[in-house]
Amino acid sequence: MVRYIVKRLFQGLPLLLVISITLFLLMMNIGDPIATMGGRTITRQSDRERLTRQLGLDKPISVQYLYWLIGNDWTKVDSDGDGIPDNYGTRHGILRGDFGTSLVTRKPVTELIGERIPNTLLLMVASEVVTVFFALLFGIYSALRQYSVMDNIMTALLFIAYSMPIFFVSLMSMYIFAVLFKKWGLPYLPTVGMFDPQVGKTPWQIFIHMILPVFSLSVTYFAAYSRYIRSTMLEVLSQDYVRTARSKGLPRRQVVYIHALKNAALPIVTVIGLDLPFLLGGAVVTERIFAWPGMGRLFLDHVSRSDLPVVMGILMLVATAVVVFQIITDIIYAWLDPRIRFD
Amino acid sequence: MTSALLQVTDLQTRFHTPEGIVHAVNGISFHINEGETVAIVGESGCGKSVSMMSLLKLIPTPPGEISSGTAIYRGTDLLQKSEREMEDIRGKDIAMIFQDPMTSLNPVLTLGRQLTESMREHLGFTKEQAEERAVQMLEQVGIPDARRRINEYPHQFSGGMRQRVMIAMALSCAPSLLIADEPTTALDVTIQAQIVELVARIRESLHMAIIWITHDLGVVAGMADRVIVMYAGFIVEEADVNDLYDSPGHPYTLALLAALPRIDRRRDHHLKSIAGSPPNLLVAPHGCPFAPRCEFVIEKCRQENPPLIQIEKNHSSACWVDVKTGAPR
Repeated sequence: MVRYIVKRLFQGLPLLLVISITLFLLMMNIGDPIATMGGRTITRQSDRERLTRQLGLDKPISVQYLYWLIGNDWTKVDSDGDGIPDNYGTRHGILRGDFGTSLVTRKPVTELIGERIPNTLLLMVASEVVTVFFALLFGIYSALRQYSVMDNIMTALLFIAYSMPIFFVSLMSMYIFAVLFKKWGLPYLPTVGMFDPQVGKTPWQIFIHMILPVFSLSVTYFAAYSRYIRSTMLEVLSQDYVRTARSKGLPRRQVVYIHALKNAALPIVTVIGLDLPFLLGGAVVTERIFAWPGMGRLFLDHVSRSDLPVVMGILMLVATAVVVFQIITDIIYAWLDPRIRFD
Repeated sequence: MTSALLQVTDLQTRFHTPEGIVHAVNGISFHINEGETVAIVGESGCGKSVSMMSLLKLIPTPPGEISSGTAIYRGTDLLQKSEREMEDIRGKDIAMIFQDPMTSLNPVLTLGRQLTESMREHLGFTKEQAEERAVQMLEQVGIPDARRRINEYPHQFSGGMRQRVMIAMALSCAPSLLIADEPTTALDVTIQAQIVELVARIRESLHMAIIWITHDLGVVAGMADRVIVMYAGFIVEEADVNDLYDSPGHPYTLALLAALPRIDRRRDHHLKSIAGSPPNLLVAPHGCPFAPRCEFVIEKCRQENPPLIQIEKNHSSACWVDVKTGAPR
């Protein structure tokens, strides 16, 4: 097993290298980071030339990639921008854990991401837990009562939920639970940020600020997951071994939650395993609408200012997470299904 | 009749499908005594399995529906029992083994778990007691090294071995009735013989009644006391096993026997097959269901479905014609 995991990790490395090259090439079209550096005033031509040389943007793309990958502390760079290389660079490269420095804020990318990751994980993990919990509940219920009135009503409602774009759900939930509730004199929910600055960052504040974004994020995923769980459970419940379990006189609970669900869990785990790594990337739209200080907003803010190191950092983080979660999914799969063994 | 373990009367099972109502079982009546072995024979799709699964209420409802009948088991009607009450009957009093051992065991649970759960449920055994008995059961059905193999999964066993496990599982609570739904169909011939022999041996030691569903008359000849022949959801003939082979009383039984390969026939003798195919069960039965394929057919057959009547002692047939003479009864 350990050998298998190590092997898979090493197989992941060339994949990540190819991904990084592809992304870096795409980044060349991200726009001109210098154009926005002067704020509202247009960057002067002389400053532009100096900055281009200082940031190494005058170098060919292959060299820029190399610096990003392994750093530039082994070669002389033009740190004052006068066109003559004068001292050794300070970058260590992503392979040595240096994601570079934001072109906009001049802060290390790792620091920027590090600030946002807990916020994003809080939001995303909460919504994933809510989604999976309710999807299992409703999916299994529907499967056990296929074509009943409740099943049909749920099918219709979930279809509507799945069809609604997330920005619409977000804005509607804001309108109903904040605007209308306030108008009706009911207790209403906050719509912006992680906490009320006047109260401070207490757990309760964070909790009530999370409710609407988590709700908006969960609606679409919940609809998709519960339909998927329903159809998977239906398939498993019609299998011969479920009939065998029933013929043995086992209580319904045991038949459904042990004999059926353990088999149905296999495809469900695969889907969740594929979705989980993208939680790290945050929810761009939802975080934007609810002004949640997470990775999604960080990504949006920096991509709009062509901040290559930050954008590359976030994308590589997600790519690495995808590779790692694939391996984790395989391991869980093997644990659930004895027919799969790696040795 | 007084000592009947199970008395089924007028059992009717239907399936409501988008194409219409499937008349799977059309009012069958039979009984089985304590310790007796009864074989139910017929082509695929003639209602053998459905009628047996109806008795245990294992028919998915909907679309299935047990529309009438009673099944008196030891004084109470199984068909009136709630799902909760049936859970206490299944596996404990009436156990079942199924046709395809490759798919009938849960692939993600150990055999130990699957063998012990009914004992823990019905007999109140602890995990250790149940495992001890599971090992004994596996040894009894001829699985070597049972103590180690109990921790293995179904995919580590061959088809014949899996069917042995299924038998051990079904018999673990010592049921008084075993329903065997074509347990040998998916196995090759030598394994078939072993399984039949195994069940026959265990039957003696447990004094258990068996309903053996099969479409192979050859398999049942050696072990059954009585044979019930089914066609299109009806019982068409019922007889002691020797009577049935010696003097079949229904054209369908006659045709089935003619389709059986025999070692004492001449090499150039061709096996007979029954012309046509079983009737569409979507159409409500009218007249004798076998009439379109029957060699003995007379006009009355197309008008009226013959009832099951006694033609000799312990021998009933549902036919308007006496197949020995070819004359109408």
